[in-house]
Amino acid sequence: MRTFGSPEFLFIVYALRWTLTLTVIAFIGGGIMGIVLALLRIARSRVLRAVTTFYMQVIQGLPLLVLLFLCYYAPSLVGLEIAALTAAAVALTINSSAFLGAIWESALRAIPKAQWESADALALTPYKTLRFVIAPQAIRLALPSTVGFLVQIIKQTSLASIIGFIEITRAGQLVSNATFEPLKAFLSVAALYFAVCFPLTQLSLWLERRTARGGART
Amino acid sequence: MEYTFQFGPLLNYLQQFVSGLWLTLGLSFVGIFGGIALGIVCATVSTSSFVLPRLAVRIYVETMRNTPLLVQIFVIFFGLPNIGIRLSPLTSVFIALVLNNGGYVAEIVRGGIQATHRSQVEAAESLGLTYFQTLRFVILPPALEKVFTPVVSQCVLLMLSTSLVSAIGVEDLTGAAMIASSETFRTMEVYLIIAVVYVLLNFIFRAVLNMAGLMIFTRSRRRLLGRV
Repeated sequence: MRTFGSPEFLFIVYALRWTLTLTVIAFIGGGIMGIVLALLRIARSRVLRAVTTFYMQVIQGLPLLVLLFLCYYAPSLVGLEIAALTAAAVALTINSSAFLGAIWESALRAIPKAQWESADALALTPYKTLRFVIAPQAIRLALPSTVGFLVQIIKQTSLASIIGFIEITRAGQLVSNATFEPLKAFLSVAALYFAVCFPLTQLSLWLERRTARGGART
Repeated sequence: MEYTFQFGPLLNYLQQFVSGLWLTLGLSFVGIFGGIALGIVCATVSTSSFVLPRLAVRIYVETMRNTPLLVQIFVIFFGLPNIGIRLSPLTSVFIALVLNNGGYVAEIVRGGIQATHRSQVEAAESLGLTYFQTLRFVILPPALEKVFTPVVSQCVLLMLSTSLVSAIGVEDLTGAAMIASSETFRTMEVYLIIAVVYVLLNFIFRAVLNMAGLMIFTRSRRRLLGRV
């Protein structure tokens, strides 16, 4: 029987790249969809707003695990088999889009109406208003929560282990099964998550304090 | 390649779904209230002047917030037997949920306490209130009222993450769904049904918790009803 040594630990460390790959896909995919959702939520059309609200409420009210199962099994309805990575990436993207959309929407709404009106008075097109007036301010406001949510995404990638995708949680399970030392295996996994997430949590706190100070100055 | 939805075979599993739902509610209830209680205690300690307990709470809170709940469940259920602590799956997940939620609530409440002005504490001191009286009557009520909305959001998220307990074989709503889907092969039907149930639970929890907030915090009630 194998004991828990450095090869086993390194096996878990190597799996970190899959955790990070999944995080990057979900953050970029969810980010793009989130921007669209946030813009739709402040759109003039009432129908667009209502549809977007419905989508966001449903996704936010759905456990990620259930969403993950739905994404994993849905393609089999049309006879397709998809990889666990694809299913996990799609589920995490959909989930992140709703939460990032909500964060960015509230940042957009926090910009005073006078800013929109002044840009309008300067004859800026809606796109230019957004690009040069609203977005630069909204990004500053939304940055702390966005980094905070990135930490959530990293932790949520652990759910991909349930459908068998080998990221660090699954790697921990494999090592635990091979060595019968689950405590060491899972504590290593936890330590790796901590090593990745803790600096980001601190960054988010620092950004939040900086934004709060900047807000007080103006 | 055509898929016909058949919800019929699932009727036999109604019993399991209902008991799974009760377990989900029970887990959420314990996780939410246990977590809030633990969180308030930890937030109080982390804003007190005791250095060692403060450090201990800090480590606890950061550990909970920076590791996934799934891994926490695995450490408690699979890991602890290594050092002679053997817990049933149900006990493990109860402990994990309370500890996890406690960490998040502690961080939120700490923000609320720190937003309370120092002069209030000094005023309480000059009135001769003891430390616990100051906490009970001066510091905590406004702090908790201030952070009530984020705490509700956190608790609703906790309710959703109770679904993770199915990973170690606890038969909550998701666990019941896993069993039903593997025995009937009506996978999509099963998960669509419980998806709807969770979305409804999400709205119900939000409404009930917000209502409880209005009953507990007289000031927000007055603001809402226009100074009755």
